[in-house]
Parts: sequence; structure tokens; C-alpha cells
Amino acid sequence: MAEFTLPKNSKISKGKTFDAAKGAKRSKRLVVYRWDPDSGENPRTDTYNIDLDKCGPMVLDAIIHIKNEIDPTLTFRRSCREGICGSCAMNIGGTNTLACTVATESIKGDVNIYPLPHMEVCKDLVPDLSHFYAQYASIKPWMQTETPAPPDRERLQSKDDRLKLDGLYECILCACCSTSCPSYWWNSDRYLGPAILLQAYRWIIDSRDEATGERLDDLEDPFRLYRCHTIMNCARTCPKGLNPGKAIAEIKKLMVSRTI
Amino acid sequence: MSSRPLSPHLQIYRPQLTSLLSITHRGTGVFLSAGILVLAYWLMSIAAGEAAYATAQVCLSSLPGKLLTGLWTFSFYFHLCNGIRHLFWDIGAGFELKTLYASGYAVVISSLTLTAITWGYALSNGGAQ
Repeated sequence: MAEFTLPKNSKISKGKTFDAAKGAKRSKRLVVYRWDPDSGENPRTDTYNIDLDKCGPMVLDAIIHIKNEIDPTLTFRRSCREGICGSCAMNIGGTNTLACTVATESIKGDVNIYPLPHMEVCKDLVPDLSHFYAQYASIKPWMQTETPAPPDRERLQSKDDRLKLDGLYECILCACCSTSCPSYWWNSDRYLGPAILLQAYRWIIDSRDEATGERLDDLEDPFRLYRCHTIMNCARTCPKGLNPGKAIAEIKKLMVSRTI
Repeated sequence: MSSRPLSPHLQIYRPQLTSLLSITHRGTGVFLSAGILVLAYWLMSIAAGEAAYATAQVCLSSLPGKLLTGLWTFSFYFHLCNGIRHLFWDIGAGFELKTLYASGYAVVISSLTLTAITWGYALSNGGAQ
């Protein structure tokens, strides 16, 4: 049964305020979720007033600025800073996105920053993605074949077949979509969620893969696939502009078309 | 080390058309199921004779009765229109974000309009008094 409120240990209190924007021409307040596993305390939100002229333009630049100059205890994941690694996925201004691709000034008012929603928090903005990755492994995200590959070259694909992978292969598994999905919030123990289902469809539709039937068999389940109720928060939030909801609809269509 | 907290979800996620229409579809569906009982009561009152029917009319045309039947009318049209939207999705159409928003607004506007037309017609013809 879905729980709509936060458990007792997850209730958020107001934390400290850091003013680092004295004399700033352009300033912005960042309200950031904090939780320290060693403190034994509940999560809190700390407020950082920062000088925008002292850091780069993106939200990731702003939180790196906070970590370097104001509060070194702030913890978050980041790597590529150009929207291709998916590490800095978090909830910014109420929607999930990559901190490195959102301009701080594009957010009206205070910039509220939380970890990806409805996830176990390791520390501050770092959610535990183990379950998400285990679900990814469960769909066998690799090419499965019976026939041996041609001895003199790789497995070829027509241009049309290759085109079918567009809008799917670009997924970076940042988990923004899955953690924006209320259905995934309530049923992530059994529902695979938009990101993993988009990945599943990426292999189902690949002309070179020979396990399409088994892949569909694995998804034929009231929860793994069919907890998608076409809410479409996934496509709304995807920082890569992909459409997991459509990929899921295509899987559902395949399920029907193979029985008639 | 204390046990890990759950990150906030409903509390912080910005309401948007996608999720709002989805939960409204669910809500109107549940509400309409309750409405079936009232519809059944109204039909049975007709069968039960003049006195029972008169009582039912008094109940349903009272202010709370009108409010409820008004909400049921809207729920019916919303669920119908959004249901048609769902049928398009089932054939794989209308998933692009722009289309998604256009069809979403179309559902809201058409269900409100249909409700207004229905009630306008009923009231101008002396019904629901």
C-alpha cells in the first residue's frame, strides 16, 4: 500500500543559513536537502545565499561553489558536467533534472534542491541507486543471440532498423524519469519503472537481438510492466528529451499483437 | 549509523498537467463508482412509486444534491474525454510532449464545456429544480 507521507525518520526540519552574498550584485538563495548518516538526526534543509558572479552559470556550478567556498560537508555526485554521465541527477525547483544542464537563474525564486524523490538517502543529495541498477540488470541489457556472428564482420543492421534505436540509445540511466513516476514511488519493489522499461524496449526492438520472445515473457506481469498508468511525468522530466512513456506503450502494443 | 531516510516525493514534486490529470482520472473514476449507487437509488425510486420518487427528487434537487450531481456530471465527462485520450495512447499515438499537453488542455476544456451545456440545458428546461 502506498504511503503518501514521509516516515518519522525522514521528516525534514529547517537547518542552518549561510550568507555568502554580502555586497553581491546578483545573488540567489539555494535551499538544499541535507542528511548526515553519522549525526543521528533527521534530514534538514540548509539555506545558502550565494553570489552568482563568483560561480559558473549552472546549478552544478553553484553547489560546487558551495562545497568549495562555503560548506565542504555538502555531498553530491557529479562527473562530466555536460549532461552525458547522469551523475548529478536531482530534484531542482520541483522537477528531476541534471544539475549541470540547468541554469541557476532560470529557476524563479529560491532554488530548492532535493535528492531524487522517494529513494533511500545515503547522504545529502546522494540517493541509493542499488535497487535501480539491480532492476536494470534484471532485463539483461545486452545483445542475446543464438546464431553465430558472421566470421568476417560484425552483425549488420539496415538503416531503418538502426533508426528504431533513436530516442532509446541516448538514455543515460540518470533515474530522473523513474523517480518522477508516482507509480514507481508506490511500487518500485515490483514495478520496473520508466527508465528500465525504456532500456528493455531498446533491446526488444533491436533487429540483431534474438531473445525478443523471452524478453516479452519476462515483462508479462501485472507489476513489472503494467504498473505504468501513462501518467507521463517521465517524458515531462527527462533531461535528454526522451519519451519512456511512449516506449512502454510500444511494449504493451507488442504484448497484444503477439497474442492475436 | 542511523537508518536511511526516504527522500521527499509528493511533498516537493511540482504538480504538473501530466500527473494532475492522471490523478483526476483516478479520482473521477472512484467518484463515479459511488455515483452508480445514487443512480441506482434514483431508478429504484421510480419503480417504487410516486411518493418514493418525490422524496428522491427532493433529495437530489436540494443544494447538496445539486452540488453532487454537478460534480458527477463533470466527473462523467472528464472520465469520458480522458478515456478517449487513453485510447489514443493505447494505439501508440499522442505521446509527444506538445501533443500530450494539447490533448490534456483539450480534455479539461471539453469536459467543463460539456458539463456547462448539460446543466444549462437542464436548468433552462425546468429540470433540477
